[in-house]
Amino acid sequence: MNTTMKRMMLATAVAALSAGAAPAFAEDVTLTVESWRNDDLSIWQEKLIPAFEAKNPGIKVVFSPLAPTEYNAAINAKLDAGSAGDLITCRPFDLSLAMYQKGQLTAVDALAGMENFSPVAKSAWQTDDGKTTFCVPMASVIHGFIYNKEAFEKLGIAVPTTEDEFFAALEKIKADGTYVPLAMGSKDQWEASTMGYQNIGPNYWKGEEGRLALIAGKQKLTDPEWVEPFATLAKWAPYMGDGFEAQTYPDSQNLFTLGRAAIYPAGSWEIAPFRAQATFEMGAFPPPVRKAGDECFISDHTDIGLGANAKSKHPEETKKFLEWVASPEFADLYSNALPGFFSLSSAPITLQDPVAQEFMSWRAKCKSTIRSNNQILSRGTPNLDTDTWISSANVINGTETPQQAGERLQKGLDSWYKPAAQ
Amino acid sequence: MTTLDTPEPDIVAKRPVRWHIAVFLLPAVLVYTAVMIIPLFDTLRLSLFRVVDGQSVFVGLDNFRTVFGDPLWSASFWNALRNNILFFLIHMVVQNPIGIALAALLSLPVLRFRGFYRTAIFLPTILSFVIVGFVWKLILSPIWGVAPFLLDIVGMKAFFAPWLGRPGSALITVSLVSVWQNIGIPMMLIYAALLSIPDEVLEAAECDGVTGWSQFFKIKLPLILPTIGIVSILTFVGNFNAFDLIYTMQGAIAGPNYSTDILGTLLYRTFFGFQLQLGDPNMGAAIATAMFFIILAGVCLYLFVIQRRIRRYQF
Repeated sequence: MNTTMKRMMLATAVAALSAGAAPAFAEDVTLTVESWRNDDLSIWQEKLIPAFEAKNPGIKVVFSPLAPTEYNAAINAKLDAGSAGDLITCRPFDLSLAMYQKGQLTAVDALAGMENFSPVAKSAWQTDDGKTTFCVPMASVIHGFIYNKEAFEKLGIAVPTTEDEFFAALEKIKADGTYVPLAMGSKDQWEASTMGYQNIGPNYWKGEEGRLALIAGKQKLTDPEWVEPFATLAKWAPYMGDGFEAQTYPDSQNLFTLGRAAIYPAGSWEIAPFRAQATFEMGAFPPPVRKAGDECFISDHTDIGLGANAKSKHPEETKKFLEWVASPEFADLYSNALPGFFSLSSAPITLQDPVAQEFMSWRAKCKSTIRSNNQILSRGTPNLDTDTWISSANVINGTETPQQAGERLQKGLDSWYKPAAQ
Repeated sequence: MTTLDTPEPDIVAKRPVRWHIAVFLLPAVLVYTAVMIIPLFDTLRLSLFRVVDGQSVFVGLDNFRTVFGDPLWSASFWNALRNNILFFLIHMVVQNPIGIALAALLSLPVLRFRGFYRTAIFLPTILSFVIVGFVWKLILSPIWGVAPFLLDIVGMKAFFAPWLGRPGSALITVSLVSVWQNIGIPMMLIYAALLSIPDEVLEAAECDGVTGWSQFFKIKLPLILPTIGIVSILTFVGNFNAFDLIYTMQGAIAGPNYSTDILGTLLYRTFFGFQLQLGDPNMGAAIATAMFFIILAGVCLYLFVIQRRIRRYQF
């Protein structure tokens, strides 16, 4: 709380200073970065911006974050009014796509450094036909499982690689009774979907292959690829803590960092906060494959990008900054400053944090995909993403069978989504 | 007597225009118009439009046809309305009778520490919804909560369940928390009504041998019926506008599986959007309008049907 307050005061002070100081350095161009990541303010000010300014004299950069919950509304209002900063932090998919369609963001395909990004990395900030990219991908979050190394050693459990091993491990932890096997609850619902369904699912629907087939209408959510992850999820329930139906997301986090749980179905964004709280050693493993030798898939979800305001007064300098963001140097700085947010650049980078390193190493072994329902499919009403939360939680709570879940989701999707003509 | 002969109209004509009334009313009227009346009519207007290809188009009652006719929309609307009615019924059945009972106990002349009880029971009402929501979430938490711990002490741990997380019990639990929070209001209103019953009436009753329970049911209850009517209508309006407690305890998604979704949370999700779902102000306004008419109908029913039949006594 205290640090947040300080940061906010700092942010206000910086904003005030920059507003007042701008005319004094008329020869310098000042670029403003709009963002919702107020947690990252010090990282931008102390690490990223000085590194850029040292190389580009004459350009000053100001990072001016808004509160995350207000960002979407505020940035749209600012863009409409023409008072937004030069660089806009991009939410993935439709929120940014709408900005591009209104002509508020410029295409970035021609920038030097864009060749560092794979098609999956760029997919969150592309037009539906994939021809134009309008934000430089900055970072993604990877799903997997974080585990308590001490607990695994004490119980003599090896890191599971297949589903059978995974459930055997859970059974062993449960039989011992010292630890809650899985730190997850179904109260907040999104955990069940994001850390559950979207975590283990890519192994079933074969990552991008299934995701694109779903968008194309060649697969349905009632197909086994999409229903079976629900069935596996339902099998987690006996290993989750007592009263998991009322266990919230912070409850799960605390249960794990207090050392009372053995395995935490995770997103990589947990790494930094867990580091700060847990006193035991942590490890990570990717979602176990179904049979030994199967190809593995991971959810490497594109989360944050950076685009250029089309109405910027300094398009040249803005372009320069974006090119720097697309460079391997930025990738390295950013990923190390924020363990758990991985640069989407394919340039090799070295991470200091071992758990973050482990997460990133899966990119080399497994195929990456993004959350199945985020691109295009979350556009209508009822919202497929929200529906998936609810079905995942229902399946774990035992109030819906996996088949019913698949049927409900497909019915909701069918009500508004017509795949492009084949 | 001669003054009576003076023609009346002249006096009326000479009376100065009472500008001060308008002047004193003006600030309140302006503020109320700006923050209540204009938004209300703008919401009604908004519900008749829809955004098509970036343009706001007048579509008449189409949005309402979607809310009530489309199978998915109407399913969530009726679900929210059903939950809302249950939410209201629980308040009527639990909150108001207990409120009356507490008021009756408080008004007993033999009760000691009356001021303490009154304050203690009223206290939750002045707490913020956020505090109440979080405190109860913690109390009922299966992991850290005091509820399972206390039940364990008296050997009733088996009766504990993660109530907030089960579709069958979540709405009842949230309703009871809301009852706990709001019970001070019916208690205070009815307490005040009970105090205003003149002692002569009660003394006369005692002379006639009407005491104790029968005095409460035959003398006091009929006298406080108008207040109970007011309390009921306040509960009705409050419950059908409710949102905050559900939002803090169960989130905007009103889980599990929309089992605690009431009209307020449905409106919030529709109007402002939720996660990847973009907000739809027009459909949201349609739901808000439906809520407005539901509340209006309830209030009219009360005013024109029930209130006229309540007998009032003048002392």
